[in-house]
Amino acid sequence: MITLAINRLPVAVEEGETLLEAARFLGFPIPTLCHMDGLSPYGACRLCVVEIGEGPKARLVSSCTYPAQEGLKVRTASARVLRARKMILELLLASCPQSKIIQDLASAHRVSQQRFRQEHEDCILCGLCVRMCEQQMMAKAIGFRGRGETRSIGTPFDMKSEQCRLCGGCIYVCPACQLRCTYTEPDKAICGGCANLSPPCVEKEQFDDMMCYMNPCVACEIEKD
Amino acid sequence: MKTDEVVSIIDKHQGQGDGLISVLEEIQSKYSYLPTDALKLVAERTGRSPVDVYGVATFYKSFSLKPRGKHLCSVCLGTACHVRSGQIIAQEFERQLEVKAGETTPDHEFTLETVACLGACALGPIVVVDGHYFSKVNTAKVRSILKRARRGLDKVEIKTDRRIFPVAVSCPRCNHSLMDPAHPLDDAPSVRVTATFDGQHGWLRLSSLYGSPTLESKHDIPVDTVVDFFCPHCHAELRGASSCPECGAPMVAMIVRAGGIVQICARRGCKGHMLDLNGGGF
Ligand code: SF4
Ligand code: SF4
Ligand code: SF4
Ligand code: FES
Repeated sequence: MITLAINRLPVAVEEGETLLEAARFLGFPIPTLCHMDGLSPYGACRLCVVEIGEGPKARLVSSCTYPAQEGLKVRTASARVLRARKMILELLLASCPQSKIIQDLASAHRVSQQRFRQEHEDCILCGLCVRMCEQQMMAKAIGFRGRGETRSIGTPFDMKSEQCRLCGGCIYVCPACQLRCTYTEPDKAICGGCANLSPPCVEKEQFDDMMCYMNPCVACEIEKD
Repeated sequence: MKTDEVVSIIDKHQGQGDGLISVLEEIQSKYSYLPTDALKLVAERTGRSPVDVYGVATFYKSFSLKPRGKHLCSVCLGTACHVRSGQIIAQEFERQLEVKAGETTPDHEFTLETVACLGACALGPIVVVDGHYFSKVNTAKVRSILKRARRGLDKVEIKTDRRIFPVAVSCPRCNHSLMDPAHPLDDAPSVRVTATFDGQHGWLRLSSLYGSPTLESKHDIPVDTVVDFFCPHCHAELRGASSCPECGAPMVAMIVRAGGIVQICARRGCKGHMLDLNGGGF
Protein backbone atom coordinates (compact mmCIF):
# COMPACT_ATOMS: atom_id res chain seq x y z
CA MET A 1 0.00 0.00 0.00
CA ILE A 2 1.07 3.54 -0.71
CA THR A 3 0.21 6.40 1.62
CA LEU A 4 -0.19 9.90 0.27
CA ALA A 5 -1.99 13.06 1.29
CA ILE A 6 -4.72 14.58 -0.81
CA ASN A 7 -5.80 18.04 0.35
CA ARG A 8 -4.00 17.17 3.62
CA LEU A 9 -6.12 14.04 4.14
CA PRO A 10 -4.03 10.88 4.30
CA VAL A 11 -5.12 8.00 2.10
CA ALA A 12 -3.68 4.55 1.42
CA VAL A 13 -4.08 3.08 -2.04
CA GLU A 14 -2.84 0.05 -3.94
CA GLU A 15 0.37 0.41 -5.89
CA GLY A 16 -0.37 1.49 -9.47
CA GLU A 17 -3.53 3.39 -8.68
CA THR A 18 -3.73 6.87 -10.10
CA LEU A 19 -4.16 10.15 -8.25
CA LEU A 20 -7.61 10.43 -9.79
CA GLU A 21 -8.69 7.12 -8.31
CA ALA A 22 -7.24 8.05 -4.92
CA ALA A 23 -8.99 11.42 -4.92
CA ARG A 24 -12.29 9.91 -5.97
CA PHE A 25 -11.95 7.32 -3.23
CA LEU A 26 -11.82 10.18 -0.72
CA GLY A 27 -14.68 11.91 -2.48
CA PHE A 28 -12.80 14.89 -3.89
CA PRO A 29 -14.37 15.78 -7.20
CA ILE A 30 -12.05 16.09 -10.18
CA PRO A 31 -13.63 16.83 -13.53
CA THR A 32 -12.59 14.58 -16.41
CA LEU A 33 -13.35 14.42 -20.07
CA CYS A 34 -11.11 11.88 -21.75
CA HIS A 35 -11.19 9.47 -18.82
CA MET A 36 -13.65 6.60 -18.71
CA ASP A 37 -13.77 3.63 -16.39
CA GLY A 38 -12.93 0.50 -18.33
CA LEU A 39 -10.66 2.30 -20.77
CA SER A 40 -6.94 2.88 -20.32
CA PRO A 41 -5.92 6.38 -19.13
CA TYR A 42 -4.84 8.61 -21.96
CA GLY A 43 -4.26 12.10 -20.58
CA ALA A 44 -5.46 14.07 -23.58
CA CYS A 45 -7.84 16.68 -22.22
CA ARG A 46 -5.82 17.83 -19.16
CA LEU A 47 -9.03 18.74 -17.40
CA CYS A 48 -8.14 16.54 -14.44
CA VAL A 49 -5.05 18.59 -13.48
CA VAL A 50 -4.00 18.59 -9.84
CA GLU A 51 -1.03 20.21 -8.12
CA ILE A 52 1.65 18.02 -6.57
CA GLY A 53 4.77 18.79 -4.54
CA GLU A 54 5.49 21.88 -2.52
CA GLY A 55 7.17 25.26 -2.81
CA PRO A 56 9.00 26.03 -6.01
CA LYS A 57 8.82 22.35 -7.02
CA ALA A 58 5.03 22.30 -7.08
CA ARG A 59 3.69 21.42 -10.49
CA LEU A 60 0.54 20.53 -12.33
CA VAL A 61 0.03 16.96 -13.54
CA SER A 62 -2.89 15.13 -15.06
CA SER A 63 -4.31 13.03 -12.24
CA CYS A 64 -5.81 10.37 -14.51
CA THR A 65 -2.35 9.27 -15.67
CA TYR A 66 -0.18 10.05 -12.62
CA PRO A 67 0.45 7.02 -10.39
CA ALA A 68 0.20 7.45 -6.63
CA GLN A 69 3.59 7.84 -4.92
CA GLU A 70 4.55 7.36 -1.29
CA GLY A 71 4.37 10.61 0.67
CA LEU A 72 3.09 12.69 -2.25
CA LYS A 73 1.19 15.84 -1.36
CA VAL A 74 -1.66 16.51 -3.76
CA ARG A 75 -3.96 19.50 -3.99
CA THR A 76 -7.04 19.04 -6.13
CA ALA A 77 -8.49 22.53 -5.89
CA SER A 78 -5.69 25.03 -5.25
CA ALA A 79 -5.95 28.45 -6.87
CA ARG A 80 -3.43 27.35 -9.49
CA VAL A 81 -5.41 24.23 -10.34
CA LEU A 82 -8.67 26.13 -10.63
CA ARG A 83 -7.07 28.74 -12.85
CA ALA A 84 -5.58 26.10 -15.15
CA ARG A 85 -8.81 24.15 -15.29
CA LYS A 86 -10.83 27.21 -16.24
CA MET A 87 -8.38 28.03 -18.99
CA ILE A 88 -8.53 24.46 -20.33
CA LEU A 89 -12.31 24.60 -20.33
CA GLU A 90 -12.30 27.90 -22.10
CA LEU A 91 -10.04 26.46 -24.78
CA LEU A 92 -12.11 23.30 -25.10
CA LEU A 93 -15.23 25.41 -25.39
CA ALA A 94 -13.64 27.44 -28.13
CA SER A 95 -12.67 24.40 -30.13
CA CYS A 96 -15.98 22.60 -29.72
CA PRO A 97 -18.72 24.99 -28.51
CA GLN A 98 -21.51 22.71 -29.73
CA SER A 99 -20.66 19.91 -27.32
CA LYS A 100 -23.23 19.48 -24.57
CA ILE A 101 -20.68 17.80 -22.30
CA ILE A 102 -18.21 20.65 -22.65
CA GLN A 103 -20.96 23.23 -22.22
CA ASP A 104 -22.05 21.55 -19.00
CA LEU A 105 -18.50 21.31 -17.68
CA ALA A 106 -17.89 24.95 -18.50
CA SER A 107 -21.01 26.11 -16.74
CA ALA A 108 -20.29 23.93 -13.70
CA HIS A 109 -16.93 25.63 -13.42
CA ARG A 110 -18.33 29.10 -13.98
CA VAL A 111 -16.61 29.68 -17.25
CA SER A 112 -18.81 32.45 -18.48
CA GLN A 113 -16.68 34.13 -21.08
CA GLN A 114 -14.88 32.69 -24.02
CA ARG A 115 -12.12 34.81 -25.42
CA PHE A 116 -10.89 32.60 -28.25
CA ARG A 117 -12.17 32.16 -31.76
CA GLN A 118 -14.76 29.42 -32.01
CA GLU A 119 -13.62 26.60 -34.22
CA HIS A 120 -16.58 24.22 -34.15
CA GLU A 121 -14.25 21.24 -34.44
CA ASP A 122 -16.06 17.97 -34.77
CA CYS A 123 -13.36 16.18 -32.79
CA ILE A 124 -11.22 17.21 -29.84
CA LEU A 125 -8.92 14.19 -30.25
CA CYS A 126 -9.75 12.86 -26.81
CA GLY A 127 -9.20 9.32 -28.08
CA LEU A 128 -12.25 7.92 -26.29
CA CYS A 129 -13.67 6.37 -29.45
CA VAL A 130 -10.35 4.80 -30.39
CA ARG A 131 -9.94 3.25 -26.96
CA MET A 132 -13.58 2.19 -26.84
CA CYS A 133 -13.26 0.46 -30.17
CA GLU A 134 -10.03 -1.29 -29.25
CA GLN A 135 -10.45 -2.07 -25.58
CA GLN A 136 -14.13 -2.75 -25.14
CA MET A 137 -15.32 -3.71 -28.61
CA MET A 138 -12.10 -5.56 -29.49
CA ALA A 139 -12.45 -4.27 -33.02
CA LYS A 140 -9.62 -1.78 -33.62
CA ALA A 141 -11.48 -0.42 -36.57
CA ILE A 142 -10.55 3.22 -36.05
CA GLY A 143 -7.40 4.97 -34.95
CA PHE A 144 -5.38 8.15 -35.03
CA ARG A 145 -3.96 9.27 -38.33
CA GLY A 146 -1.38 11.92 -39.15
CA ARG A 147 0.05 14.24 -36.56
CA GLY A 148 0.02 17.80 -35.36
CA GLU A 149 -2.43 19.97 -37.21
CA THR A 150 -3.54 17.17 -39.50
CA ARG A 151 -4.13 14.59 -36.76
CA SER A 152 -7.52 13.00 -37.14
CA ILE A 153 -9.52 9.93 -36.31
CA GLY A 154 -10.91 7.47 -38.78
CA THR A 155 -10.70 4.14 -40.47
CA PRO A 156 -7.53 3.24 -42.39
CA PHE A 157 -7.59 4.76 -45.88
CA ASP A 158 -10.99 6.27 -45.03
CA MET A 159 -12.54 3.12 -46.37
CA LYS A 160 -15.24 0.96 -44.91
CA SER A 161 -13.55 -1.05 -42.21
CA GLU A 162 -13.79 -4.80 -42.18
CA GLN A 163 -13.10 -4.79 -38.46
CA CYS A 164 -16.01 -2.51 -37.55
CA ARG A 165 -18.83 -4.42 -35.92
CA LEU A 166 -21.34 -1.58 -36.18
CA CYS A 167 -21.73 -1.40 -32.44
CA GLY A 168 -21.95 2.37 -32.25
CA GLY A 169 -19.63 2.46 -29.25
CA CYS A 170 -17.51 5.15 -30.84
CA ILE A 171 -20.42 7.56 -31.26
CA TYR A 172 -21.76 6.73 -27.83
CA VAL A 173 -18.63 7.93 -26.04
CA CYS A 174 -17.85 10.91 -28.22
CA PRO A 175 -18.01 14.13 -26.18
CA ALA A 176 -17.81 16.36 -29.22
CA CYS A 177 -21.35 15.64 -30.28
CA GLN A 178 -24.12 13.62 -28.70
CA LEU A 179 -27.06 14.68 -30.74
CA ARG A 180 -26.28 12.94 -33.93
CA CYS A 181 -27.48 9.51 -32.95
CA THR A 182 -30.86 10.52 -31.72
CA TYR A 183 -31.80 11.14 -35.30
CA THR A 184 -34.59 8.62 -35.57
CA GLU A 185 -35.97 9.78 -32.26
CA PRO A 186 -35.27 13.49 -32.19
CA ASP A 187 -37.37 14.18 -29.09
CA LYS A 188 -35.01 12.08 -27.02
CA ALA A 189 -32.45 14.81 -27.37
CA ILE A 190 -32.28 16.58 -24.05
CA CYS A 191 -30.54 19.76 -24.96
CA GLY A 192 -28.11 21.08 -27.50
CA GLY A 193 -30.79 23.06 -29.27
CA CYS A 194 -28.51 26.04 -28.92
CA ALA A 195 -26.10 24.61 -31.42
CA ASN A 196 -27.62 21.57 -33.11
CA LEU A 197 -31.15 21.78 -34.29
CA SER A 198 -30.80 18.66 -36.36
CA PRO A 199 -28.26 15.87 -36.41
CA PRO A 200 -25.07 17.27 -37.87
CA CYS A 201 -24.81 14.45 -40.35
CA VAL A 202 -27.88 15.57 -42.29
CA GLU A 203 -26.78 19.17 -42.46
CA LYS A 204 -23.27 18.45 -43.52
CA GLU A 205 -22.67 17.59 -47.12
CA GLN A 206 -20.27 14.83 -46.30
CA PHE A 207 -20.35 12.13 -43.72
CA ASP A 208 -16.59 11.84 -43.76
CA ASP A 209 -15.91 14.39 -41.12
CA MET A 210 -18.71 13.34 -38.84
CA MET A 211 -17.51 11.19 -36.02
CA CYS A 212 -19.64 8.29 -37.11
CA TYR A 213 -17.52 5.51 -38.49
CA MET A 214 -20.26 3.01 -39.07
CA ASN A 215 -20.83 2.06 -42.65
CA PRO A 216 -23.68 1.46 -43.17
CA CYS A 217 -24.95 3.51 -40.28
CA VAL A 218 -27.28 1.34 -38.30
CA ALA A 219 -28.22 4.07 -35.86
CA CYS A 220 -30.11 6.33 -38.17
CA GLU A 221 -30.35 4.51 -41.45
CA ILE A 222 -29.35 7.53 -43.46
CA GLU A 223 -27.73 6.26 -46.61
CA LYS A 224 -24.12 7.32 -46.87
CA ASP A 225 -22.98 8.42 -50.31
CA MET B 1 3.16 -3.15 -56.89
CA LYS B 2 4.09 -6.79 -56.94
CA THR B 3 2.75 -8.84 -54.07
CA ASP B 4 5.69 -11.23 -53.89
CA GLU B 5 8.18 -8.34 -53.77
CA VAL B 6 6.42 -6.79 -50.81
CA VAL B 7 6.06 -10.16 -49.13
CA SER B 8 9.77 -10.81 -49.41
CA ILE B 9 10.56 -7.39 -47.94
CA ILE B 10 8.23 -8.05 -45.02
CA ASP B 11 9.60 -11.53 -44.40
CA LYS B 12 13.20 -10.35 -44.57
CA HIS B 13 12.65 -7.74 -41.87
CA GLN B 14 10.53 -10.02 -39.75
CA GLY B 15 13.31 -12.56 -39.81
CA GLN B 16 15.70 -9.90 -38.56
CA GLY B 17 13.29 -8.90 -35.82
CA ASP B 18 12.99 -5.39 -37.26
CA GLY B 19 10.13 -3.06 -36.49
CA LEU B 20 7.40 -1.73 -38.69
CA ILE B 21 9.28 1.39 -39.72
CA SER B 22 12.13 -0.51 -41.39
CA VAL B 23 9.59 -2.47 -43.42
CA LEU B 24 7.76 0.65 -44.51
CA GLU B 25 11.05 2.41 -45.30
CA GLU B 26 12.13 -0.36 -47.64
CA ILE B 27 8.75 -0.53 -49.38
CA GLN B 28 8.86 3.20 -49.83
CA SER B 29 12.37 3.20 -51.25
CA LYS B 30 11.30 0.51 -53.71
CA TYR B 31 8.12 2.17 -54.99
CA SER B 32 8.83 5.79 -53.96
CA TYR B 33 5.62 5.69 -51.95
CA LEU B 34 3.51 3.33 -49.84
CA PRO B 35 0.84 1.73 -52.01
CA THR B 36 -2.44 1.00 -50.23
CA ASP B 37 -2.27 -2.70 -51.03
CA ALA B 38 1.25 -2.92 -49.68
CA LEU B 39 0.13 -1.41 -46.36
CA LYS B 40 -2.73 -3.86 -46.14
CA LEU B 41 -0.35 -6.69 -46.84
CA VAL B 42 2.03 -5.47 -44.14
CA ALA B 43 -0.82 -5.45 -41.63
CA GLU B 44 -1.93 -8.91 -42.66
CA ARG B 45 1.48 -10.56 -42.63
CA THR B 46 2.82 -8.96 -39.46
CA GLY B 47 -0.39 -9.57 -37.54
CA ARG B 48 -0.82 -5.87 -36.83
CA SER B 49 -4.13 -4.17 -37.25
CA PRO B 50 -4.50 -1.94 -40.34
CA VAL B 51 -5.22 0.99 -38.01
CA ASP B 52 -1.74 0.78 -36.49
CA VAL B 53 0.06 0.45 -39.80
CA TYR B 54 -1.91 3.31 -41.29
CA GLY B 55 -1.31 5.40 -38.18
CA VAL B 56 2.46 4.97 -38.42
CA ALA B 57 2.50 5.53 -42.17
CA THR B 58 0.63 8.83 -41.83
CA PHE B 59 2.52 9.97 -38.73
CA TYR B 60 5.97 10.32 -40.28
CA LYS B 61 6.51 12.97 -42.88
CA SER B 62 9.07 10.87 -44.70
CA PHE B 63 6.40 8.36 -45.68
CA SER B 64 4.18 9.21 -48.59
CA LEU B 65 0.91 7.53 -49.45
CA LYS B 66 0.82 9.22 -52.83
CA PRO B 67 3.14 8.30 -55.71
CA ARG B 68 6.17 10.54 -55.77
CA GLY B 69 8.07 12.02 -58.66
CA LYS B 70 11.27 10.68 -60.19
CA HIS B 71 13.33 13.31 -58.39
CA LEU B 72 12.85 14.21 -54.75
CA CYS B 73 13.67 17.79 -53.92
CA SER B 74 13.89 18.65 -50.20
CA VAL B 75 14.27 22.26 -49.15
CA CYS B 76 15.47 22.69 -45.58
CA LEU B 77 13.42 25.00 -43.40
CA GLY B 78 15.16 24.18 -40.14
CA THR B 79 16.02 27.15 -37.95
CA ALA B 80 19.44 27.85 -39.46
CA CYS B 81 18.22 27.58 -43.06
CA HIS B 82 15.05 29.47 -42.23
CA VAL B 83 16.91 32.55 -41.03
CA ARG B 84 18.99 32.41 -44.20
CA SER B 85 15.82 32.70 -46.26
CA GLY B 86 15.06 29.03 -46.83
CA GLN B 87 11.42 30.01 -47.10
CA ILE B 88 12.11 32.21 -50.12
CA ILE B 89 14.01 29.37 -51.77
CA ALA B 90 11.11 27.01 -51.12
CA GLN B 91 8.79 29.54 -52.71
CA GLU B 92 11.09 29.81 -55.73
CA PHE B 93 10.94 26.02 -56.16
CA GLU B 94 7.17 26.17 -55.83
CA ARG B 95 7.02 28.87 -58.48
CA GLN B 96 9.28 27.09 -60.96
CA LEU B 97 7.79 23.64 -60.49
CA GLU B 98 4.27 25.06 -60.26
CA VAL B 99 3.40 22.85 -57.31
CA LYS B 100 3.08 23.48 -53.60
CA ALA B 101 5.47 21.90 -51.11
CA GLY B 102 4.43 18.30 -50.52
CA GLU B 103 3.11 17.89 -54.05
CA THR B 104 4.33 16.17 -57.17
CA THR B 105 4.47 17.76 -60.60
CA PRO B 106 1.82 16.44 -63.03
CA ASP B 107 4.54 14.88 -65.22
CA HIS B 108 5.79 12.90 -62.19
CA GLU B 109 9.27 14.37 -62.59
CA PHE B 110 9.62 16.21 -59.26
CA THR B 111 8.28 15.93 -55.77
CA LEU B 112 8.88 19.03 -53.69
CA GLU B 113 9.02 18.82 -49.93
CA THR B 114 10.21 20.97 -47.08
CA VAL B 115 12.09 19.38 -44.21
CA ALA B 116 13.11 20.55 -40.77
CA CYS B 117 16.91 20.31 -40.59
CA LEU B 118 19.11 18.12 -42.74
CA GLY B 119 21.97 18.32 -40.27
CA ALA B 120 24.20 20.53 -42.38
CA CYS B 121 23.31 23.85 -40.78
CA ALA B 122 26.75 25.36 -41.34
CA LEU B 123 26.19 25.25 -45.09
CA GLY B 124 22.62 26.56 -45.18
CA PRO B 125 20.38 27.18 -46.89
CA ILE B 126 20.49 23.54 -47.93
CA VAL B 127 18.58 21.82 -50.69
CA VAL B 128 18.89 18.08 -51.22
CA VAL B 129 17.96 16.64 -54.58
CA ASP B 130 18.05 12.87 -54.98
CA GLY B 131 20.47 12.57 -52.09
CA HIS B 132 22.84 15.26 -53.39
CA TYR B 133 23.44 18.30 -51.24
CA PHE B 134 23.34 21.81 -52.64
CA SER B 135 24.72 24.26 -50.14
CA LYS B 136 24.38 28.04 -49.72
CA VAL B 137 21.56 28.01 -52.24
CA ASN B 138 20.01 31.25 -53.38
CA THR B 139 17.04 31.84 -55.64
CA ALA B 140 19.28 32.34 -58.67
CA LYS B 141 20.61 28.80 -58.32
CA VAL B 142 17.20 27.14 -58.28
CA ARG B 143 16.84 26.92 -62.02
CA SER B 144 20.21 25.29 -62.56
CA ILE B 145 19.61 22.83 -59.71
CA LEU B 146 16.42 21.69 -61.37
CA LYS B 147 18.15 21.53 -64.73
CA ARG B 148 20.94 19.39 -63.34
CA ALA B 149 18.44 17.12 -61.61
CA ARG B 150 16.57 16.62 -64.89
CA ARG B 151 19.80 15.64 -66.60
CA GLY B 152 20.44 13.24 -63.76
CA LEU B 153 22.76 13.88 -60.87
CA ASP B 154 25.51 11.41 -61.48
CA LYS B 155 26.60 9.29 -58.61
CA VAL B 156 30.32 9.04 -58.17
CA GLU B 157 31.15 5.45 -57.47
CA ILE B 158 34.46 3.91 -56.63
CA LYS B 159 34.27 1.36 -59.42
CA THR B 160 34.46 4.01 -62.08
CA ASP B 161 36.17 6.58 -59.94
CA ARG B 162 39.90 6.21 -59.74
CA ARG B 163 40.52 9.74 -58.63
CA ILE B 164 42.52 9.81 -55.43
CA PHE B 165 42.96 13.20 -53.84
CA PRO B 166 42.95 14.45 -50.26
CA VAL B 167 39.91 16.23 -48.88
CA ALA B 168 39.71 18.24 -45.68
CA VAL B 169 36.36 17.75 -43.97
CA SER B 170 34.40 19.20 -41.07
CA CYS B 171 31.21 18.46 -39.18
CA PRO B 172 28.12 19.58 -41.06
CA ARG B 173 26.43 20.57 -37.81
CA CYS B 174 29.06 22.53 -35.86
CA ASN B 175 31.58 23.14 -38.64
CA HIS B 176 34.50 22.00 -36.46
CA SER B 177 37.30 20.45 -38.47
CA LEU B 178 37.46 16.67 -38.27
CA MET B 179 41.06 16.58 -39.49
CA ASP B 180 43.68 15.08 -37.21
CA PRO B 181 47.19 16.03 -38.47
CA ALA B 182 48.78 14.32 -35.44
CA HIS B 183 47.79 10.88 -36.76
CA PRO B 184 48.43 10.62 -40.48
CA LEU B 185 46.93 7.83 -42.54
CA ASP B 186 48.07 7.27 -46.14
CA ASP B 187 50.65 10.04 -45.45
CA ALA B 188 47.91 12.64 -45.07
CA PRO B 189 46.12 13.99 -41.98
CA SER B 190 43.43 11.49 -40.97
CA VAL B 191 39.73 12.21 -40.43
CA ARG B 192 38.75 11.54 -36.83
CA VAL B 193 35.19 10.74 -35.79
CA THR B 194 33.45 8.78 -33.05
CA ALA B 195 31.91 5.48 -34.09
CA THR B 196 29.26 3.34 -32.44
CA PHE B 197 28.20 -0.16 -33.38
CA ASP B 198 26.73 -3.07 -31.45
CA GLY B 199 27.02 -1.17 -28.17
CA GLN B 200 30.73 -0.44 -28.71
CA HIS B 201 31.84 3.15 -28.78
CA GLY B 202 35.19 4.64 -29.66
CA TRP B 203 37.32 6.71 -32.01
CA LEU B 204 37.70 5.91 -35.67
CA ARG B 205 40.16 7.36 -38.19
CA LEU B 206 39.53 7.42 -41.91
CA SER B 207 41.97 8.24 -44.64
CA SER B 208 41.39 11.69 -46.04
CA LEU B 209 42.34 10.49 -49.50
CA TYR B 210 39.04 10.44 -51.33
CA GLY B 211 38.28 6.87 -52.31
CA SER B 212 40.90 5.26 -50.10
CA PRO B 213 39.56 2.50 -47.85
CA THR B 214 42.29 2.80 -45.18
CA LEU B 215 40.90 3.11 -41.68
CA GLU B 216 41.85 2.60 -38.04
CA SER B 217 39.56 2.26 -35.08
CA LYS B 218 39.58 1.62 -31.35
CA HIS B 219 37.43 -1.49 -31.71
CA ASP B 220 37.67 -3.95 -34.57
CA ILE B 221 34.68 -3.44 -36.79
CA PRO B 222 33.60 -6.64 -38.54
CA VAL B 223 32.98 -6.33 -42.27
CA ASP B 224 29.33 -5.57 -43.14
CA THR B 225 28.57 -3.86 -39.81
CA VAL B 226 26.66 -0.61 -40.21
CA VAL B 227 28.36 1.96 -37.99
CA ASP B 228 26.88 5.17 -36.58
CA PHE B 229 29.30 8.08 -36.98
CA PHE B 230 29.31 11.06 -34.65
CA CYS B 231 31.15 14.36 -34.56
CA PRO B 232 33.74 14.24 -31.75
CA HIS B 233 33.11 17.94 -31.02
CA CYS B 234 29.35 18.46 -30.96
CA HIS B 235 28.39 14.76 -30.85
CA ALA B 236 25.84 15.20 -33.62
CA GLU B 237 25.30 12.14 -35.75
CA LEU B 238 26.90 12.59 -39.16
CA ARG B 239 23.89 11.21 -40.98
CA GLY B 240 23.42 12.01 -44.66
CA ALA B 241 20.07 12.43 -46.35
CA SER B 242 20.38 9.46 -48.65
CA SER B 243 21.14 5.78 -48.58
CA CYS B 244 24.13 4.11 -50.16
CA PRO B 245 23.76 3.56 -53.91
CA GLU B 246 25.64 0.27 -53.51
CA CYS B 247 24.11 -1.43 -50.50
CA GLY B 248 21.27 0.73 -49.17
CA ALA B 249 22.86 1.47 -45.78
CA PRO B 250 22.64 5.05 -44.45
CA MET B 251 25.27 7.48 -45.70
CA VAL B 252 27.59 9.53 -43.48
CA ALA B 253 27.83 13.18 -44.49
CA MET B 254 30.73 15.58 -43.94
CA ILE B 255 31.43 19.07 -45.23
CA VAL B 256 34.35 19.43 -47.61
CA ARG B 257 36.45 22.44 -46.63
CA ALA B 258 36.77 23.56 -50.22
CA GLY B 259 32.96 23.69 -50.43
CA GLY B 260 30.48 20.90 -50.88
CA ILE B 261 29.61 17.67 -49.17
CA VAL B 262 31.07 14.20 -49.22
CA GLN B 263 29.01 11.18 -48.26
CA ILE B 264 30.40 7.76 -47.52
CA CYS B 265 28.59 4.52 -46.84
CA ALA B 266 28.27 3.62 -43.15
CA ARG B 267 28.71 -0.09 -43.83
CA ARG B 268 32.21 -1.42 -43.15
CA GLY B 269 33.67 -2.74 -46.36
CA CYS B 270 31.21 -1.05 -48.69
CA LYS B 271 32.81 1.40 -51.08
CA GLY B 272 29.75 3.48 -51.93
CA HIS B 273 30.32 7.20 -51.73
CA MET B 274 29.16 10.43 -53.30
CA LEU B 275 30.79 13.81 -53.65
CA ASP B 276 29.07 17.11 -54.32
CA LEU B 277 31.67 19.80 -54.78
CA ASN B 278 30.60 23.38 -54.91
CA GLY B 279 32.41 24.06 -58.14
CA GLY B 280 31.11 24.54 -61.66
CA GLY B 281 28.42 27.07 -61.01
CA PHE B 282 27.56 26.02 -57.47
S1 SF4 C 1 -18.99 1.07 -34.42
FE1 SF4 C 1 -17.17 0.21 -35.38
S2 SF4 C 1 -15.65 1.82 -35.21
FE2 SF4 C 1 -17.26 2.31 -33.73
S3 SF4 C 1 -16.59 1.36 -31.78
FE3 SF4 C 1 -17.93 -0.11 -32.83
S4 SF4 C 1 -16.47 -1.39 -33.94
FE4 SF4 C 1 -15.37 0.48 -33.43
S1 SF4 D 1 -14.31 11.50 -32.38
FE1 SF4 D 1 -15.14 12.07 -30.39
S2 SF4 D 1 -14.51 10.43 -29.01
FE2 SF4 D 1 -13.25 10.27 -30.84
S3 SF4 D 1 -11.42 11.44 -30.33
FE3 SF4 D 1 -12.80 12.83 -31.40
S4 SF4 D 1 -13.92 13.86 -29.76
FE4 SF4 D 1 -12.97 12.04 -28.85
S1 SF4 E 1 -25.13 8.74 -39.73
FE1 SF4 E 1 -23.86 8.46 -37.92
S2 SF4 E 1 -23.77 10.50 -37.08
FE2 SF4 E 1 -25.47 10.52 -38.46
S3 SF4 E 1 -27.25 10.04 -37.16
FE3 SF4 E 1 -26.48 8.13 -38.04
S4 SF4 E 1 -25.13 7.34 -36.45
FE4 SF4 E 1 -25.43 9.49 -36.01
S1 FES F 1 -9.22 13.09 -17.81
FE1 FES F 1 -7.14 13.27 -17.34
S2 FES F 1 -6.35 14.24 -19.10
FE2 FES F 1 -8.44 13.92 -19.65
